Amino acid sequence: MTKPVSPDEGLTPARLAAKYGLSVSGARPSLVEYVRQLWGRRHFILAFSQAKLTAQYSQAKLGQLWQVATPLLNAFVYFAIFGLILNAGRGMSKDVYIPFLVTGVFVFTFTQSSAMAGVRAISGNLGLVRALHFPRASLPVSFALQQLQQLLASMIVLFAVVIGFGSYPSLSWLLVVPALVLQFLFNVGLALIVARMGAKTPDLAQLMPFIMRTWMYASGVMFSIPIMLEDKPAWLADVLQWNPAAVYMDLIRFALIDGYGSENLPPHVWAVAFGWAVVLAVGGFVYFWKAEERYGRG
Amino acid sequence: MAEQQQDQRVPTVIADELHIVYRVNGAKTGKGSATAALSRILKRGEERGVRKVHAVRGVSFTAYRGEAIGLIGSNGSGKSTLLRAIAGLLPAERGKVYTDGQPSLLGVNAALMNDLTGERNVILGGLAMGMSREQIKERYQEIVDFSGINEKGDFITLPMRTYSSGMAARLRFSIAAAKDHDVLMIDEALATGDRKFQTRSEERIRELKKKAGTIFLVSHNNKSIRDTCNRVLWLERGELRMDGPTDEVLKEYEKFTGK
Repeated sequence: MTKPVSPDEGLTPARLAAKYGLSVSGARPSLVEYVRQLWGRRHFILAFSQAKLTAQYSQAKLGQLWQVATPLLNAFVYFAIFGLILNAGRGMSKDVYIPFLVTGVFVFTFTQSSAMAGVRAISGNLGLVRALHFPRASLPVSFALQQLQQLLASMIVLFAVVIGFGSYPSLSWLLVVPALVLQFLFNVGLALIVARMGAKTPDLAQLMPFIMRTWMYASGVMFSIPIMLEDKPAWLADVLQWNPAAVYMDLIRFALIDGYGSENLPPHVWAVAFGWAVVLAVGGFVYFWKAEERYGRG
Repeated sequence: MAEQQQDQRVPTVIADELHIVYRVNGAKTGKGSATAALSRILKRGEERGVRKVHAVRGVSFTAYRGEAIGLIGSNGSGKSTLLRAIAGLLPAERGKVYTDGQPSLLGVNAALMNDLTGERNVILGGLAMGMSREQIKERYQEIVDFSGINEKGDFITLPMRTYSSGMAARLRFSIAAAKDHDVLMIDEALATGDRKFQTRSEERIRELKKKAGTIFLVSHNNKSIRDTCNRVLWLERGELRMDGPTDEVLKEYEKFTGK
């Protein structure tokens, strides 16, 4: 090809790019722009989470029934071990302890599975990240949303259990909504944080089950923290009760169970719940965004 | 070959001394046992157990509006990697890629799920490519008709795992080709499906080419490069070996490969 004499001759690539208004490919957008892009992808985020949820059970004969059956079986196993064998419900009647335990298991599972899915959100979907353009935060957010839908299915079981043990629907049940909204925000933030860490260090996915199990036992899923730690220093119980998993569990127990009154809640519990949600959601989002252009490197 | 508008050449993609390096975990030479992995960690060194693959080494070129550029080279020469870097999907180690708008890779495979019906995959794939729900609804019938999935019965409402590999490939191509792009990159997408579908997809590619500003095509099929492209970049071992009009480069390339 004979090169025509062009006014662009002799310009450095960077100058040439500037002249025609080309931008660097794969550069990180500003935070505001990023939020805008993410909002633009809301339909994808929702569709992706629903697709994942559907695909999960599509090969099973009972199909979507497992969405409800899995948490029910889970609750039953914990009840058999901690309720019947270990008698962990010291200081609580059966009518309180069983809903207490089932609520704890479901609410904790919500956070747990969001974190577990989050850690693989980027590293487990490299194919997608390397093929298509979208704000990468869509993935962890979508996985957290999938867990929220899973939880809402579990709520049917939970309501049945709670009513079965003599706590009937009342106005206080409405408190479940703000508590779950805050917990969801917290989970999204957590998923974003572990997604970035998991993208850099995929080994974290192997470590995650142990971290989550430790957290579960420390959060009083199957026992009441103040009662179990009566003879230990008071600050220990305070620390455990203020940890986010315990806070969200206690709020939902308080909302649903008649015999679980406000005396079981740590002071300023709503403020703590709100604080955790905002700090994690905002902090996690910014932390994830900071590495946006680096996701997908081998 | 069509005459180019020589007087007004607007660049759409500029690659400036581009280097791409992959880092692969756990591919270090040596035994794959746990003790070997442990001793690697204990040994001092900046990047333990990580092997680097230098896939693209200092490639520079400028692509202009209206060009269709073919990428050729033997397997593993860095063609697909270069495309991904242009699309901004792989971060550059050194150097930069400047683009006009958002280049897109024609490929949506990774977003689709085998356990979902073809119908839901069309919607999911469309959303993943950044189409709106309305756009998908508008194009839905077109996509299904183009794929020809429903020619042999109502397959679109069955899960994709029940499709034959050819059917699945046709649906994937149809979804991917449903969107219009500014800078379009096609990675060996032409060789899917039966003869009839191949003709149809080549037609669709030409249509996309008309709408797109610039088109990149990776292929091992010299004939499809000759049919579609007016400029060819020849990559070998991650380096740009030749850059010029299709006929010239292909002649050299064929000499090189001994055809």
